Amino acid sequence: MAERKVGWEPQGQHTLVGKEIERLDGRQKASGQAKYANDTNPPGTLFAKLLTSPHAHAKLAMLNLDKAKAVKGVKAVIAMAEVGQEVRFEGWPIVAIAAERPEYAEDGLRAIEIKFDVLSHFVDEADLKGAQAADVTDGGEKATLTKSIATQKKGDVEAALKEAKHVHKGFYGVNTITHMCLEPHGSHAAWDGDKLNVALSTQNVSGTAGQYVKPLGIDEASVSIKCDFIGGGFGSKFAVDEWDVACAKLAKETGKPVRLLLNRATEMQIAGNRPSGFADVTVACDAEGKITAWESHHWGTNGPKGGGVNQAVMPYVFDPPNRIRSATGIITHCGPDRAWRAPNHPQGCAMSQTAIDDLAAKAGIDSLSFFQKNLALTNLPNIYGPELEIAAKLMDWKTKWHPRGQGGGNGAVKRGIGLALHTWGGGPHQSNVQLKVHPDGSVEVTMGSQDIGTGTRTCIAQVAADTFGLPISAVKVNIGSNKYPKAGPSGGSTTIGGVTGPTRRTAQQALWKIFDLAAAKYNVDAGTLSAKFGMLWSGDKEVCTWKQAAGLVGPMALELQGGPVTEDEKLTDKQVGGVQMAEVAVDTETGVVRMVKMVAVQDIGLIINRLLARSQVNGALIMGIAYALSEERIMDNKTGRFINANLVDYKLPRIGDIGELVVEFYEPEDQYKRGVIGLGEPPVIAPGAAISNAVANAIGVRVPVLPLTPKRVLDALKKA
Amino acid sequence: MDRDPVNRTDPSNRPEPPGRTSPEFNRRDFLRGSGAAVAATALATAIHEQQAAAQQQTAKVVSAAPQAITLNVNGEDKKLNVEPRVTLMDALRNDLNLTGCKDVCDRSNCGACTVLIDGKPVYSCTRFAIEVVGQKIVTSESLHSPAKTDDVVNAFCKHDGMQCGFCTPGFVMAVRGYCNQNPKATVDDCRKGLGGNICRCGTYDGVLKAAFETAQTAKGGA
Repeated sequence: MAERKVGWEPQGQHTLVGKEIERLDGRQKASGQAKYANDTNPPGTLFAKLLTSPHAHAKLAMLNLDKAKAVKGVKAVIAMAEVGQEVRFEGWPIVAIAAERPEYAEDGLRAIEIKFDVLSHFVDEADLKGAQAADVTDGGEKATLTKSIATQKKGDVEAALKEAKHVHKGFYGVNTITHMCLEPHGSHAAWDGDKLNVALSTQNVSGTAGQYVKPLGIDEASVSIKCDFIGGGFGSKFAVDEWDVACAKLAKETGKPVRLLLNRATEMQIAGNRPSGFADVTVACDAEGKITAWESHHWGTNGPKGGGVNQAVMPYVFDPPNRIRSATGIITHCGPDRAWRAPNHPQGCAMSQTAIDDLAAKAGIDSLSFFQKNLALTNLPNIYGPELEIAAKLMDWKTKWHPRGQGGGNGAVKRGIGLALHTWGGGPHQSNVQLKVHPDGSVEVTMGSQDIGTGTRTCIAQVAADTFGLPISAVKVNIGSNKYPKAGPSGGSTTIGGVTGPTRRTAQQALWKIFDLAAAKYNVDAGTLSAKFGMLWSGDKEVCTWKQAAGLVGPMALELQGGPVTEDEKLTDKQVGGVQMAEVAVDTETGVVRMVKMVAVQDIGLIINRLLARSQVNGALIMGIAYALSEERIMDNKTGRFINANLVDYKLPRIGDIGELVVEFYEPEDQYKRGVIGLGEPPVIAPGAAISNAVANAIGVRVPVLPLTPKRVLDALKKA
Repeated sequence: MDRDPVNRTDPSNRPEPPGRTSPEFNRRDFLRGSGAAVAATALATAIHEQQAAAQQQTAKVVSAAPQAITLNVNGEDKKLNVEPRVTLMDALRNDLNLTGCKDVCDRSNCGACTVLIDGKPVYSCTRFAIEVVGQKIVTSESLHSPAKTDDVVNAFCKHDGMQCGFCTPGFVMAVRGYCNQNPKATVDDCRKGLGGNICRCGTYDGVLKAAFETAQTAKGGA
C-alpha cells in the first residue's frame, strides 16, 4: 500500500485549493439576507441604548432613574456605574435602557437625571512634556501620567555614531485610529428559562461564553453563543463587553429578548483603538549606505492603562548592530486600546522605515538600493530580496525614481514613489473539527469558528471538497456556534491555517477509510485509489462513483473528529515578509495627497483561495491608505472629547480615493511547500511608511506625522 | 493654517482661474488644508440631489402619535404603525425585518442603509417612513431568491466586492441604482458616481469591477 501521509498535493495539482472560488455566502451577504447580531430581530425584541459619560474625567455625583423608568415604552433601566465612581474617558457607560422601540429608549435616556463633578483631564497624547507636567488626579491622589516602559541596548551606539558617514535625526509619529467596525460592538440576548442564547458580534465564537459566568452567575454550559456573520472586528471583538452583560441583564429583567449595539460615537470612543506613537530617532550609516547605528525614544498612549507601541518594533524589520530603543507610555483620559490588525507593527514601520528612508536621502542613495543594501539586517533577506525585484518591476521604479523633490514638472502637483517592508507571524490557531461523510455522499464540516470577512466557510469547504474530489457544492460547512467543536479566535492571521489544516488532515483520514471499504467491496488495491471528479479511481480506471463509495459507510455517517494542526504535519507554517511600493501625487498648493498606485508583493505560503487572498491584500492596502492619508482620532484638549467620533469627520477613503492597486503573491515552490500561512495582518503594516516615503520623495520634505492631511503637508512645506 | 489670501505665499505667476468672481476667494484656497480630497467623491452622488429636493418639499404638520401607513416594499404593500419620527431605515429594519439596509453611521453619510425609492438610490436613514408612502421602495433582499439573482449580486460575488459584508447590501443598492441611471458607465464614472458609500474592510477594488460589469449590462431607466 502506498504511504498514507497527511499533507497537501504538490504545487499545481490541487483542483480547488489555490483557485479563485467565489464566497459560498456571497449572495447572502450581497443581498442583505445574511443576519448579523445587529439584525437579530425575533418578535418581541426590545431595543436597548446606553447613556454614556460626556466627560473625559469626572465623578458621578447624582443619578436618578425614576423618571426614565416611567417613560412610555421603557421596560427596564439599569445603572452600569455607581454614584461616587470616577469615569476615566468619554463614552464610559452609565445607564442601559431597554424599550419597545429604539425611539422610546432614546426618550428614556433623555429623562435620566444625572450630575457629574468634572475633574481635570489629559488627552494630548503627542505632548510628552505636557503629560509629565499635567496636574490631574486618580481617585483623589495626584496622578503620574508617564511611565517608562523599557530601554533595550545592543552594541555601542555612541562609537558607531562617531564612525558613521551619515547621521540623520528626525521626529516621526502616527496618530491614534479606531477600529471603526461598521457593525458596532454588541449583542442580542434571549433567555430560555435558565439558558442564555446570545447573538454576539464576535471574532471569538468558542471563547466568549465563559465571560458571562461571573457577572451573571450562570453555568458556561447554559450559554449559547451564535455568530453567523460579523460586521468587522479587526482585533476589537474578542471579548464579551460590559454592555453585552447589561443586555443579558435587561433581557432577564424584562423576560424578553433585548438587542444592544453601541451607537457610532460610543463605538468609536470606547470599543477599541490603535495606540499612537511618536518618536525621536537618530539613525546612521557608513559610506556605502550600511546602517550602523539606531537610537530611538518613542511615546504615545493606549488610554487609561498608559501603555503604547511595543519597543520591539523599533526599528522595524531592520536590526542594526548597534541600537538603543526606549519607550514611554502616557496615561490619558482617552478610550482604551484593543488589538488592531497587526498590533504594534504599522506604527513601528511608520516611525522607523521613514527615518531609514530619510537617511537614504541624506546619503544620496536611491531608496530601493538603500533598502537592498541593508537586507542582511532583516529577518527574511531571501524573501524581501526577490520581492523587491518583483515590486520594482510592477512599479516601474527605475523609470519613476528621482531624488527627493526633483521630480520636475512646472505645476503644483508633484509625484513621488516610496517603499517599505513588513513581516508577520500568522501561524495557525488551535481549532478542532468534526467531519461527516453521509451515506448519500454529502459532506459536512463543523467547527466553532467564525468568518470575519476572510471567507472561513469557503476555505473550509474548498479543502474538504478538493480532498474528496467533489465540487464545492457537495460540502456543507457549519461555523458560528460555541456548541460546535472548539476553534480558536480569529486574530493575528491565524484562522485560515487554523481551520484548513485540521480539515485537510481529517478529510484525508476519512477518505482513507472510504478507500479501504471500496477496496474490499470492489476487490482493488486500496493503495492505488484516488478520488477525483466525483469518482473513485484505481490508477486511471473508474472503480465507483463517490456516492457508491460513501454508501459503503453504512446506514449512518462516517464521522471523524480532528484536533489542531501540529508542526510536524507541515500543513501550515508561520512568518511571512512583504514589500510594498506607493506612488502619490501631491498638490503643493492645497496639500492634498492623491494615491496614484500601490504595489504589494506578499509571501503567503500555500494559497487556499486566490480571489479571497487578493481581497485581503486589497483591503489591507485601503486600510493603510486610510491611516496614511486621512484617518485619525482627534481629541479636544479643552473638553477632553473625541471631537470627530462620527463617520463624517473621521475621514475614510471612498471608492475614488484609492488609485490603482496591484497585488502579486510571491509563491515559488519552496514557499508553497511551507503550507498555509495567515494573511490578514501583514499587508496592512507597510502602507503608512511606503506612502509617507512617497510623499517625501514627491515634495522634498518629510511630513512627520500620519495621517498626511493637507494641513500637515502644508505645514511641512512651510517649515522647509 | 494660512487662509489669508493676501499673506499666503502663492507663486505670483499662477494664472487667474477662469470664471473667478471674487478676488477674495477661489476654489484652491477653499481646498487648502480642508481635507476635501477624501470628501470630494462623496459629493458627486445623486443622493445629495435627492436630499436637497426633499428639503424643498412643503412642510406638512402631522401628529406625533403613531400613524397607520402602508409602504410599498419590493412590490408588496406592507401595513405598519409608526410615529412620524421613525426613519424609513428603522421601519424597514425593525418593523418589517428587512435588515439588508444597515444602521452604521447615524449621520446620512456612509450609504450602508441605501435602498431604491422610485428607482433612485437613497439613504433610508434620511427619510421618515411616513414620507415615502405611495413611493416604490426596493431593498437588497429583493435582488436574490432561489428563483432569480440580480446581475449586480452576481457581479459582487464574482469580483469579491465584499469581506465582512456589512456595507455590501448598501453598496449593491447604490450600484444597482447608479447603473440603472448610467448604463455603459466607464470605470472612471463609477469611481465618481459611487462615492456615497463607505467600506471599512477595503473592498472598493472588487466593488468597482462589479459596478463596471453591471453597468455594461444595465438596460437604463430607473
